Amino acid sequence: MYLNQFLMLAAVLFAMGVYGVLARKNGVLVLMSIELMLNAVNINLVAFGAFNNTVAGQTFALFVIAIAAAEVGVGLAIILLIFRNRASVDIDEIDAMRG
Amino acid sequence: MVAQNVAFGVLAVTMVAAAFRLVTTKNVVRAALFLAIVLGGVAGIFILLAAEFVAWVQVLVYIGAIVVLLLFGVMLTRAPIGSEGDLDNDNKWTAALVALFLLGAMAAVLADAFGDDKIRFQGVQRSAEVSDSIFGTYVVPFEVASVLLLAALVGAVALARRD
Repeated sequence: MYLNQFLMLAAVLFAMGVYGVLARKNGVLVLMSIELMLNAVNINLVAFGAFNNTVAGQTFALFVIAIAAAEVGVGLAIILLIFRNRASVDIDEIDAMRG
Repeated sequence: MVAQNVAFGVLAVTMVAAAFRLVTTKNVVRAALFLAIVLGGVAGIFILLAAEFVAWVQVLVYIGAIVVLLLFGVMLTRAPIGSEGDLDNDNKWTAALVALFLLGAMAAVLADAFGDDKIRFQGVQRSAEVSDSIFGTYVVPFEVASVLLLAALVGAVALARRD
């Protein structure tokens, strides 16, 4: 198997995640797109680990999975708080820091 | 090798299609289910890369926990469950442009750098080697990750509790 087929697949998934983060309005959907990007990175890490014949890639992927779990927990807590304060999770309306 | 390439093709097509629907669907619950499909596909890719342990951690943590957590988020924020549209903002075409440009740039760089390098598996990598790696070489990052998880847990509770 070519290394590039995995890297290209990851690139496609990452680009779709970027599109989702930029184009989506619902906060939960933005979090899902971030998960998509993290998974693309995980594919890259494991593929390079297999390419270099080392388990370090798998270890890094496990770290990324742990951090993603923490990120989703805090992210959802923040979105819940926004929903409680504004009765909406439309992230376009959150412009309190606009100059 | 042929079987692996066929499996890769099937997984890749499924994942890309599901990811596309994930970022374009007008239904939040369906988006979560498409995310589950993509995550399952990633687990399959890990198995193709002979990383079984990571694949099962992926199934347990991502599909088992994170998708459920996101569905709870959908439920608690009373997202529009029916197809009400209007989940995209006005920057849709700019976002598509940025994503396409990014994809083009990455594809060009990857094709240039790793033209036709092949993955050659040398022997079996056992899960014990992964654990040796985590608790040996990377034990300090591992401890930092556990402190981070604790901090995230406390932070999430502190943010979400009502008083």
